[in-house]
Amino acid sequence: MRVPDRKETEVRALLESVPPAPVPADLAERALRRGLRVAHRRRTAALLLWAFFAVAVAFAVWAAVAEPWAVQPARTTPPLGW
Amino acid sequence: MGERRAREERRRAREFEAFVAGAAGRLLHAATLLTGEPFGAAPAAQDLLVGALSRTYADWDRLRGEDPYERTRHDLTARFAHTARRYRRPRGGMLDALPPQERLMLMLRMYEGVAEEQVAASLGLPVERVRGLCTRAMAEMLSRGGSREGGGPRGARPGAASLIASRMLGGLRHREDAAAAFPARRPAGAGREPGGAA
Repeated sequence: MRVPDRKETEVRALLESVPPAPVPADLAERALRRGLRVAHRRRTAALLLWAFFAVAVAFAVWAAVAEPWAVQPARTTPPLGW
Repeated sequence: MGERRAREERRRAREFEAFVAGAAGRLLHAATLLTGEPFGAAPAAQDLLVGALSRTYADWDRLRGEDPYERTRHDLTARFAHTARRYRRPRGGMLDALPPQERLMLMLRMYEGVAEEQVAASLGLPVERVRGLCTRAMAEMLSRGGSREGGGPRGARPGAASLIASRMLGGLRHREDAAAAFPARRPAGAGREPGGAA
């Protein structure tokens, strides 16, 4: 750790020299409300993501079982002889 | 289930309010230094701080032992760095004649006492760049510290301070090539006119 020089001390004192301004009383309240909104938005986004994931898994399972891409077996026999 | 959640919510709000009651004064001062507004009338600084605090509150249960003050300061810094070009115009505060990046360096290094390496890492800058910006900001601030009315009791030696500052600036000129990349550099004496943001 180096020793702080005179200029640094001076600048520090200059920055600290102003008396602290009063904090508005509703600052915490505003931050809290906005924070709740952020948390709510995140929760909604996570829920949507999970819902999408669940639907995707369900679709994959159904597709693996039902195999909708397989062609139906022919109902009629092909005519004999050519 | 709903009852428990409500109780958790109340507990979190209580802790958060206690934290804000203790830390908001210093954080608001820091934010006001950043935005360059006069102390006591700083709506932009308040908005910046409310944004950072709201993020801290949203993450309150996920801090896992991290200091909420540092978390909020980090978020404040990131927000300011992200929107720095909005604060280029002087607004009548203490550091309003400095460019936003230099204000940020002064706030972090001198007011908050964060180490150079940490500042560099959190902003994604090389350490030399942080050092250069900080030296330059200090020189500029000391050079006009005596002439400013709100400069405080320590700015009473304009002659010596400006001499040191001019020497430092002279020494910096050939070394600081990266710092010349900033578009809106004002000369040291022309910080007062509102049309400075070209």
